[in-house]
Amino acid sequence: MPQHTLNYLDLLEAESIHIMREVAGQFERPCLLFSGGKDSITLVQLALKAFKPGKIPFPLVHIDTGHNFPEALEYRDRMAKEAGAKLIVRKVEDTIKARGLKEAGGKFPSRNALQSYTLLDTIEEFGFDACIGGARRDEEKARAKERIFSVRDEFGQWDPKKQRPELWNLYNGMIAKGENVRVFPISNWVELDVWNYIKREGIQLPSIYFTHEREVIIHNEYLVAMSEFVRVDEGDVIVKRNVRYRTVGDMTCTAAVASTAATIDDIIKEIQHTNISERGETRIDDQVSEAAMEDRKKNGYF
Amino acid sequence: MDLLRFITAGSVDDGKSTLIGRLLYDTDSIKVDQLETILKQSKNKSEGEIDLALFTDGLRAEREQGITIDVAYKYFATEKRKFIIADAPGHIQYTRNMVTGASNSDLIIILVDARLGVIEQTRRHSIIASLLQIPHVVVTINKMDMVNFSEEVYNTIVADYSKMADMLKIKDVTFIPISALNGDNIVNPSINTPWYKGETLLNLLETINITNDINYEESRFPVQFVIRPQSEDLHDYRGYAGKVLSGTYKKGDVVTILPDGIDSTIKAVEVHGIEVDEAFAPQSAVIRLTDDIDINRGDLIVKKSNILKVSQEIEATLCWMDTKPLVVGNKYLLQVQSKRVRCVIKEINYKLDVNTLVKHEQFDPVGLNDVVHVLIKTASPIAYDSYNTLRANGGAILIDETAHTTVAGCMLS
Repeated sequence: MPQHTLNYLDLLEAESIHIMREVAGQFERPCLLFSGGKDSITLVQLALKAFKPGKIPFPLVHIDTGHNFPEALEYRDRMAKEAGAKLIVRKVEDTIKARGLKEAGGKFPSRNALQSYTLLDTIEEFGFDACIGGARRDEEKARAKERIFSVRDEFGQWDPKKQRPELWNLYNGMIAKGENVRVFPISNWVELDVWNYIKREGIQLPSIYFTHEREVIIHNEYLVAMSEFVRVDEGDVIVKRNVRYRTVGDMTCTAAVASTAATIDDIIKEIQHTNISERGETRIDDQVSEAAMEDRKKNGYF
Repeated sequence: MDLLRFITAGSVDDGKSTLIGRLLYDTDSIKVDQLETILKQSKNKSEGEIDLALFTDGLRAEREQGITIDVAYKYFATEKRKFIIADAPGHIQYTRNMVTGASNSDLIIILVDARLGVIEQTRRHSIIASLLQIPHVVVTINKMDMVNFSEEVYNTIVADYSKMADMLKIKDVTFIPISALNGDNIVNPSINTPWYKGETLLNLLETINITNDINYEESRFPVQFVIRPQSEDLHDYRGYAGKVLSGTYKKGDVVTILPDGIDSTIKAVEVHGIEVDEAFAPQSAVIRLTDDIDINRGDLIVKKSNILKVSQEIEATLCWMDTKPLVVGNKYLLQVQSKRVRCVIKEINYKLDVNTLVKHEQFDPVGLNDVVHVLIKTASPIAYDSYNTLRANGGAILIDETAHTTVAGCMLS
């Protein structure tokens, strides 16, 4: 009798692929939200494997805040090409102009909140009924309660009290016109699972995930990359440091971590020994209030 | 390293959140910044000590009211295993959340307050565990510190619970005396219970055998999506993508496509685009057949030697999950794996009291959290298994046709 054992990465992968195929089977016009970050890179790999030898049956969508790391953008274009997938890019800059939106001010003007407007416009433009995203439940407490198929209303809002029960491996993607489902295939993965998977699959990552020398502003213990988007004030401490990114979001709201990790193995070792959580260490925008994420999600954030 | 999914049943008063907090804390799964947030919140509530329960309350309303409303998923790992905890509220008004969390669990931890023993809530949680056929039950007898770690108290509760477990036909039960607050028998053996010779809770979670829970005899493969690249080199390629729910599939197997009952033979089995000797549960795979037949999403590929039910009349036990009551004669959509068909609830046979197992023939409208036994008639035949014989293919959901909400979880009979 052959051995029928799967390790945890195989189990998580099988579950995520099942979810990807449910999206393709249940929706007319799904898309995959691709940022160039490690979680959405993992999603692309899962989508590739789910539909082999066919191509990914939905486009990749990038909501470009204009504050991206150039390395992530370059990677995005290359990866979409290699995956043979259609890439749709919509810019927050254009939404700001077209809708006369007010930008957040301050030292690190984040476009994170404005992103939701561009996303909703893009959903409407293409009639997307499902958007696959790379959120994980271990990231944050409000995420821990979100479903894998998470229904959003016409305004992109999440109502935690109206969540559909999700039983066994049965997903209900039925929606009314104008509604949209955010689907999170790697809900059950934790940060270390993503890194171990990237290692196992031999996935190439944007270079900013590995140690490099960078000019950073030291702000409240965060290391924020110097860029044209941040405001330099008198007395700012600007230094050159060996850093890497643990998450890749906007240059204005993602902090770097001091690190000399040059390989995936180094990174895995660092994460195993760190005593600070992923979002806590790198997401400047989560620190505003205890319920920050819950509020953003209710307002259409993904 | 494999993966164990478990659910914890109990209320805040039983120390459920404290137990989860303890497991996370003692396995170093909580990071410093998360701890600081908890400390800050504990102070806000003017409670002085670390409130381990705060690790699990995710939504603001829950934090403010100090209760768990929804199922939260928590993750931790040791060197031996990875764990996914479904943290579900235990009160009767949250039965649907517990049923939801239980549906995916390999194991359930039922918390019993040593001072109170087996109470109505314990019975309810055990009935749900038995309805949902959770393979392993661990009864943690908590707050042993409050009863002076009395072996007698422990033995009485074990005897009481065992009697009930027999009645409910719960097979695999383990008892552990613990104090979640102080950590007795959670990660390390307690010096306070020298009379207890069993494992600690963590040790049990790390070593309990779950591979035998999968049925490798009966093979079930629901088609989710048909892969047709239609490219030059793969012109005639047609692969059926799905998940092996149970059993195994290999090249040469004679299979039947249900519900139509057409036979064919497997030409190839692929996992992630690579041909393999065999695909087995719970792998996601692609099956190709020798015959060119019309197969769509919702069809089920089974081995010809396997027998399952194909019918338009299905008996089922439902847990009603919507605030709008169940109406006999109303039409709903029944989703069994990738198949979705219109159906009507023909009749309600009885309502099950989840506190006592008493079957009531007389009942008010069936509302939120009610468990009822019904007869469902579907618009077209469904191939399914009895939940009690093959859990992987016996679960279904009911969807409201117009509101699109999931209104019930069904255990098919």
